[in-house]
Amino acid sequence: MSDWTLFEVFVRSKHGLNHKHVGSVHAADAAMALENARELYTRRSEGVSIWVVPSAAITASSPDEKEPLFDPSDDKVYRHATFYDLPKEVGHM
Amino acid sequence: MYAQLVDTGAKRLKTLEEMSPEERAFQEKIDAEIKIEPKNWMPEGYRRTLIRQISQHAHSEIVGMLPEKNWLTRAPNFKRKLQLLAKIQDEGGHGLYLYSAMETLGADRDEEVAKLHSGEVKYSSIFNYPALSWADMGTIGWLVDGAAIVNQVVLQRTSYGPYSRAMIRICKEESFHQRQGYQILLHMMQNGTDEQKAMVQDSINRFWWPAMMMFGPHDSDSPNSAQSMAWKIKRMSNDDLRQRFIDQTVPQLEFLGCTAPDPELKWNETRGHYDFGEIDWTEFYDVVKGNGPCNRDRLRTRRKAIEEGTWVREAASAYAAKQKQKNAAA
Repeated sequence: MSDWTLFEVFVRSKHGLNHKHVGSVHAADAAMALENARELYTRRSEGVSIWVVPSAAITASSPDEKEPLFDPSDDKVYRHATFYDLPKEVGHM
Repeated sequence: MYAQLVDTGAKRLKTLEEMSPEERAFQEKIDAEIKIEPKNWMPEGYRRTLIRQISQHAHSEIVGMLPEKNWLTRAPNFKRKLQLLAKIQDEGGHGLYLYSAMETLGADRDEEVAKLHSGEVKYSSIFNYPALSWADMGTIGWLVDGAAIVNQVVLQRTSYGPYSRAMIRICKEESFHQRQGYQILLHMMQNGTDEQKAMVQDSINRFWWPAMMMFGPHDSDSPNSAQSMAWKIKRMSNDDLRQRFIDQTVPQLEFLGCTAPDPELKWNETRGHYDFGEIDWTEFYDVVKGNGPCNRDRLRTRRKAIEEGTWVREAASAYAAKQKQKNAAA
């Protein structure tokens, strides 16, 4: 079975929410991956929609790049609404 | 537990000073409770130990379906049959979550399954005992899944991300197993004939000690625990887990109106825990070595399942190849 394609499984739990990664399945093709994912990840009404994506099709950032990629946003507090103090009289904004 | 006697390959713990810079950074991350993810650097021993433990855990889930399948066609009514089917399907699912977690470490699923079938790697000793009566379906759910839950709840905090996430998922599903098992026994004890009540007691007598053995040898006889604990693959010692299980199980046993086959089992006021008798370790090691009542039968069944399913897998591959060709031509 190891020669079958590995698919990553994403499940949308409710209408209006994003698909979320839940795990992976092996399958001979995409249709079978979808069936396997349904049996494995939605036995208790966990989802209303499933995506399966061949694992090989995913490009991931490397853990070594964590700092150069994500640290620059740590010191940009002015990107958050809470950074801006406004007088009470202005009310809710 | 579902993984017993997992070898770490380490004779003693290294101090931080003895470690390479990479190794030290890794250990400091573990000490700070930061999860290790598949692409992170990890010592070879950590990777190998995890593959051993997770594969053993996965094999246990899969082999664990066998004692129960025997009772699917013999369930007392349709409701119980549906519940048992659902539980067995969950066990298969749990095996698959765990094989996926194992694969993130670079292990090959077919190779690991082949090692199980050749007897090179183990599954939990508990599944080498036969399920002889319907009451055993209750006892297995209550005691065996109960013991598994005690272990798995702690493993949700294990240091390897994919293993920890598989445990969280499994724990969510597992408590249904234990409750359905206990309810089977309770129903027999409260509504059953004398014969049916005796069946429950007989089942508990047979499974009590094997369930205690699931937690593995005493801490003093567990040479791999120190390294596994330092790596936080393991989060609580065998003896502590066993004590926790006994403490929570005895009141449930009493509520059933049954007894344990252990004359030394009694509440110890000063310790605040139950005292209990010594496990027959000769039996434990015998079963682990392959000489339990069902070891050969379980492996034969597994091998047969793989062999007889070959044509299905081949047909699926052939169909997929044909569809691909068709789509390419269109």
